[in-house]
Amino acid sequence: MTTPTLQPQRAASTSVLVGVDLVRVQDVADAVAAFGSRYLDRVYTPAEQAYAEAEPRVRAERLAARFAAKEAVVKVLRPAEQRPEWTSIEVVRDLAGGCDVHLSGLAAELARDAGITGLAVSLTHDGDNAAATVVALRGGAPGLSQLREAAQRATDDALPASEPKGTS
Amino acid sequence: MSDLATDIDSAVRTVLEEHGRLAVDVASLDAEADLYAAGLTSHASVNVMLALEDAFDVEFPERMLKKATFGSIGSIAAAIAEIQDES
Repeated sequence: MTTPTLQPQRAASTSVLVGVDLVRVQDVADAVAAFGSRYLDRVYTPAEQAYAEAEPRVRAERLAARFAAKEAVVKVLRPAEQRPEWTSIEVVRDLAGGCDVHLSGLAAELARDAGITGLAVSLTHDGDNAAATVVALRGGAPGLSQLREAAQRATDDALPASEPKGTS
Repeated sequence: MSDLATDIDSAVRTVLEEHGRLAVDVASLDAEADLYAAGLTSHASVNVMLALEDAFDVEFPERMLKKATFGSIGSIAAAIAEIQDES
């Protein structure tokens, strides 16, 4: 009797891109202390700032996780020249309690030019560090839930598993 | 190097010492040394950009928001000089 094997189904024109970034929370806290609103307005959208400020105890953690997400997106987009403004990559909370990433301006143009049809992000913070993983689907139909699961697994692997992770 | 270029180079080094969080002594770096290889992170480059804007009273335009702009002391100084020429 032969044992059947499962082969992943993959369209020839479909590929997945992954970006990950790690940020020290204290670096973000220091930047807020040094540059205040100039730093905040240059990097974070009003909605991102409002979400972070809603919980002062973890404000720097939330900002750091969002900065990591923006850089992870840039790693996926791989701009050859000018990079997108940080505010053109926005992390938004979805109704299920997870996060989505919205692109505008040059970031959206780069994603379109790269043929990216789906984007998922996962954030985490733990002690001194915050991290984010972005998974992008290029070509084919977007399978958002699969991308989210892949991003969550990669982010969980980026930080020690033995300690609790914060809500980003 | 002209006096102006020397002043810009010196001010860029001061900003990098205060905000670059480099793994090496800024004074030891050649003007063309790779700052990312010296430990400059993407987040630190934001701080460096904001501190440069304060030090030179300029604002980096969008077109200069690229990795190469902050890749070396020389590339930063060239960008500052270009912004100053345009204003």
